[in-house]
Amino acid sequence: MNEWPLWEVFIRSKQGLDHKHVGSLHAADAQMAIENARDVYTRRMEGVSIWVVESKHIHASSPDEAGSLFDPANDKAYRHPTFYDLPDEVKYM
Amino acid sequence: MQQAEPEIIFDDKIEQEIKIEPKDWMPEKYRQTLIRQISQHAHSEIVGMLPEGNWITRAPSLRRKAILLAKVQDEAGHGLYLYSAAETLGIGREEMYDQLHTGKAKYSSIFNYPTLTWADIGAIGWLVDGAAIMNQVPLCRASYGPYARAMVRICKEESFHQRQGFEILLTLGKGSKEQRDMAQDAINRWWWPSIMMFGPPDDSSPHTIQNTKWKIKRFTNDELRQRFVDICAEQVKVLGLELPDNDLKWNEERGHYDFGEINWDEFWEVVKGNGPCNKERLETRQKAWDNGAWVREAASAFAEKRNGL
Amino acid sequence: MESILDKIQLPGSHPAAGIIHYTLHLADNALVIAHRNSEWCGHGPILEQDIALANIALDLVGQARNFYQYAAALIAENNLSSITITEDDFAYLRAADEFKNFLLTEQSNGHWGTTILRQFLFSTYQYFLYRQLQHCSNEHLAAIAQKALKEVTYHVRWSSEWVIRLGDGTAESHQKMQDALNELWPFTDELLTGGLASAANISLDDTLIKTEWTEKITSVIADATLHLPTSRQYVYGGTEGKHTPHLTAMLKDMQYLQRTYPGVEW
Repeated sequence: MNEWPLWEVFIRSKQGLDHKHVGSLHAADAQMAIENARDVYTRRMEGVSIWVVESKHIHASSPDEAGSLFDPANDKAYRHPTFYDLPDEVKYM
Repeated sequence: MQQAEPEIIFDDKIEQEIKIEPKDWMPEKYRQTLIRQISQHAHSEIVGMLPEGNWITRAPSLRRKAILLAKVQDEAGHGLYLYSAAETLGIGREEMYDQLHTGKAKYSSIFNYPTLTWADIGAIGWLVDGAAIMNQVPLCRASYGPYARAMVRICKEESFHQRQGFEILLTLGKGSKEQRDMAQDAINRWWWPSIMMFGPPDDSSPHTIQNTKWKIKRFTNDELRQRFVDICAEQVKVLGLELPDNDLKWNEERGHYDFGEINWDEFWEVVKGNGPCNKERLETRQKAWDNGAWVREAASAFAEKRNGL
Repeated sequence: MESILDKIQLPGSHPAAGIIHYTLHLADNALVIAHRNSEWCGHGPILEQDIALANIALDLVGQARNFYQYAAALIAENNLSSITITEDDFAYLRAADEFKNFLLTEQSNGHWGTTILRQFLFSTYQYFLYRQLQHCSNEHLAAIAQKALKEVTYHVRWSSEWVIRLGDGTAESHQKMQDALNELWPFTDELLTGGLASAANISLDDTLIKTEWTEKITSVIADATLHLPTSRQYVYGGTEGKHTPHLTAMLKDMQYLQRTYPGVEW
């Protein structure tokens, strides 16, 4: 028998915030997935908006590539504001 | 730069308290251990719905009815979160159900005891949920990310479960003689199975050492059990009731309560399937699943038809 | 069992009688169907739907409590009882023939499809009813209806989608749904004949409710590829306390503790 597909659920907890991954569930179709997400993941007023994506459609980076993908950002300290020494009298910058 | 062996990277992450995530390399035994533990935990949640669900329709006030329904529903949610976490390890929910129904997978033995009176709902909330929470809080820091995150959510939701149980017993404790007797009888029946929930003593717990090393487990069975006994021995005084253990005594030197011998023969009998309700629980689960087959099939067929999948 | 109504002096001629009876009717409907749905908890076809139906049951228990509390307040305001009446007294200390719910709500669960269909037929009625009730002259009932309307809107959405899904799913599910529809149809006209509201001086446009309900039901049933029964054999009596044996059995279970240990707090 064919199991209902797995869906990943993303919830916006309040206006102004990003949708955040909260977990997964099974549903036969997208409409049902949204309703299931509402019933499963927002029983305690956790959300104002729901995204669902069938898990098989998520493409993820591989942990093996994590070094080459993310380590190069390590030595770009100049991208961060704290890198710059400014005199204390400079305000609002 | 020399590429480290995957096992070294894994050990290093565990050592540094960096969570392991689904796509990371992990030792096969770690994966299997997690699948076993998480699915067992998930099964316990959904089998655990049955003894309490048995009283939803008989809950003695509308408030209690709403609370109990919400609580048992939460357990379905917790089962779902845990099945989801296990699914990230490459096993499907149906396969896990199959393991449950065929008896290949275990669930917590406590749910093989019957709920005979309304006071049992109080005792389950106070003792069984209390023991579960004691076990679960350290799991929020388990080394496997999806498991730890599911546990955080579960622990947050569980916090009212124990309180509602204690409140039921508190009300009964202040009630008629019949109600007090009912409450004491429930505590008598649930106390020992509850402290067995922490699992066999450390010297005969085969998984403890490896699981501690992998940081799936943070405290030993006996440590958690002692902590639970210490807390309950005080709380029961508030209820004006007693724990059914003549050997329960404060030990000044240890700074803990001493308690009586646990009947491990009973524990293993129930684990093996010879508890009062093992058969009934599994049959009920199996029946619900089988009776729902046409519904699940229809929804799949409909999705295919209407969405052109 | 002693009935709480024996402790209330409410002659039919009392000015508050109509509104109290109507409020109890609204409460009983919500409680009885909520109770039926709660029987599913732990036995649903899949975890996600077990949770969904429990949510609906919880909404309806909440509605029932609001209505019972208002009825209790009316009894207190009008000095109709020498003791304090609570929401629970109405739920737990009345006999089946003192309940005023529609027969549809008390029908036993059957299979999952019967339960879904019962919910759909009832929620659709409740939706169009509450839409009017939220603007009615009684501000308490209006407020309860307004709050509940959001819940019911979702119940209609959820149950209608499931009716369509199961109606147009497999041959087996189609047949099961058609059988369920035939079985429940005789209880539907009772929803649309009103009655209790006017005695409570609540003016509702019953004809409009009937038209809207029929339109919605017809369209969903058609979308589900099911057929509306042509039979016009309807049964009535719930609002007058003439119930099917299902309610007696249900209350025996629900009121078990009150019947076994009368007069204590839980």
